[in-house]
Amino acid sequence: MRNNASTRVGTVIGAILILIWCLLPVAWIISLSFKSQTAITNGSPGFFPADGDGAGWQNYQDVLANDQFRRAIFNSIGISLIATLLSVIIATLAAYAIARLDFPGKKLVLTMALAIAMFPVVSLVGPLFDMWRTIGLYDTWPGLIIPYMSFTLPLAIWTLSAFFREIPWELEQAAQVDGATSWQAFRKVIVPLAAPGVFTAAILTFFFAWNDFVFGISLTSTERARPIPAALSFFVGADPFNRPASLLAAGAVVSTIPIIIIVLIFQRKIVAGLTSGAVKG
Amino acid sequence: MASIEMKNIVKKYGDGFPAVNNVSIDVADGEFVILVGPSGCGKSTLLRMIVGLEDITSGEMVIGEKKVNDLAPRDRNLAMVFQNYALYPHLTVYENIAFPLRLAGTDGKELDEKVRSASKTLELDEHLDRKPGNLSGGQRQRVAMGRAIVRDADAFLFDEPLSNLDAKLRGQMRSEISRLQKKLGITTVYVTHDQTEAMTLGDRVAVLKRGFLQQLASPRELYTNPGNLFVAGFIGSPPMNFLPATVKGNSVKLPFGTVEIPEDKAKKASRKKKDLLIAGIRPEHFEDASVVDPSKKGSTFRAQVDVVEWLGNEAYAYIPFEAPPEVQKQLEQLERDLDGESLRTQLVVSLDGASMVKEGDDAEIWVDTSKMHLFDPETGENLTIDLDNAGEIPNHDEAGVVEAQEAV
Repeated sequence: MRNNASTRVGTVIGAILILIWCLLPVAWIISLSFKSQTAITNGSPGFFPADGDGAGWQNYQDVLANDQFRRAIFNSIGISLIATLLSVIIATLAAYAIARLDFPGKKLVLTMALAIAMFPVVSLVGPLFDMWRTIGLYDTWPGLIIPYMSFTLPLAIWTLSAFFREIPWELEQAAQVDGATSWQAFRKVIVPLAAPGVFTAAILTFFFAWNDFVFGISLTSTERARPIPAALSFFVGADPFNRPASLLAAGAVVSTIPIIIIVLIFQRKIVAGLTSGAVKG
Repeated sequence: MASIEMKNIVKKYGDGFPAVNNVSIDVADGEFVILVGPSGCGKSTLLRMIVGLEDITSGEMVIGEKKVNDLAPRDRNLAMVFQNYALYPHLTVYENIAFPLRLAGTDGKELDEKVRSASKTLELDEHLDRKPGNLSGGQRQRVAMGRAIVRDADAFLFDEPLSNLDAKLRGQMRSEISRLQKKLGITTVYVTHDQTEAMTLGDRVAVLKRGFLQQLASPRELYTNPGNLFVAGFIGSPPMNFLPATVKGNSVKLPFGTVEIPEDKAKKASRKKKDLLIAGIRPEHFEDASVVDPSKKGSTFRAQVDVVEWLGNEAYAYIPFEAPPEVQKQLEQLERDLDGESLRTQLVVSLDGASMVKEGDDAEIWVDTSKMHLFDPETGENLTIDLDNAGEIPNHDEAGVVEAQEAV
């Protein structure tokens, strides 16, 4: 028993250490976001705002009242969701084909997908900038959606094809014998069973799109399409020589909220063992 | 309801390997036909060609007067039960059974009635709201059958439906399937590797070996008049005994002595003019001579009993013997075809439970020679077959020739 108890204490201490390591910066950002601008300029080392340094919800109100910021949030949510949706749909279809069909060049598709994933993002920014300017995609939503999609597709395809491969083929055949067209069998049997994979791919894609900075800052010039990470870096208060750190902190906190919500929603769908009971195991 | 006609069906895979070779089987409307054979004999492939999950390389598949070679599975209106059930794990039992109806566009009330009547037939009422993952093997099996019977399908196809169940449940489900089929009177094709299932369920049984149809006949005909060595060895448990035999006139020389056979059998056997034949005698056609009514016809011989397995109602006695190399080779090949391992050549004799024969005894064994079959050791063909009561044996003579060529 004693041994058991000490193991548990050890686990808890370990967990706390890891949590501190991971969450301290987040906690500090939150702390900063509640301090007033003057307190930060004057130097306010405490975690909790000192007397008279606290700003209450003022920073948040200011950030949310800021048109530029609101627009960036809107851009980010829109671009990330569309990119995620498209990427997941295309990846689902592609992965299904790869898992189920035998077609020439199947290996090539998979290798190409990996090769794309290995490309450093930065190396593509220059060419993309030129191309987008010529085509007219520069500083538009599609101008960001397309690169986000292409960079998340490989991972999504690989994840999903692994999921599809685990679904017994008999299920689909059973559905076809039961009177389903290939498309009905796919939609009513295969996709529901691959849901955990679909949502895993969706989360990963959304993360990538939401957190991206390089494309966001290089392929946009105005608030028409500028996403949050880029917008935050352009966020300048009244005094250009004095960056509004507490406002930025509040903005950063606000911009993490959607991603937390999305993860909580999607995570619920990622249930293991969904296929149990389909066939004799 | 419909009949299923297979005309010279051939299935060749991409590498040119013929999985099914020129098989023709007619399944009459309402008939229960079993496809049986050891693994790799093409029985499942044949079934999957009926349902449309495999392409047909050549030949014609006719279901209810309609050629279906190029129809998709969903256009053939057949119901299939898969070996591993293939239930939809994300749907409840109710929805699993309702799935084919929903696809067909059946609506609310009618759908509910049909699903409930199917679940009642299969005693699944209390499980309707559960997911397949929480069901036992037998319940899953019943759900899979429910999904098949809920539709008005033209025929049922079963692909080894009982092979995943334990022995007791298998027996119960076997009678359940038989009852259901009789009740619904629906054309059924059933694939199995288990000869007990084949014998008990089928109106007619098609025995397949390496893609070739060996014999298509009723269970009784298969048992009493096997067309060749393979069918003889496959049907029956314990299997038929095969002994080297030399026929001279009406007497047959077996390793244990010489016995007399009826004249008509002797005549049939001599038509190939071969010295050495293989005699096939089922275990139950032997008996301990001391318990046999002396008025019964037959011959007796003496042999040393090696092992006795007493089961109460009967006893199996094992008597080893030596076989000449030609016969030995053929018997080894037969064992390989039957998925078995060639062990020692021994005679299995089924004795009456009252028999007092013990291990090591030098017993006097009686044999009913009128039930003896004589096979050509090269082609495996049954020379003493009663062709009128043997169902269909495709190219009875040629079959042997083909095999002989294969062996080269």
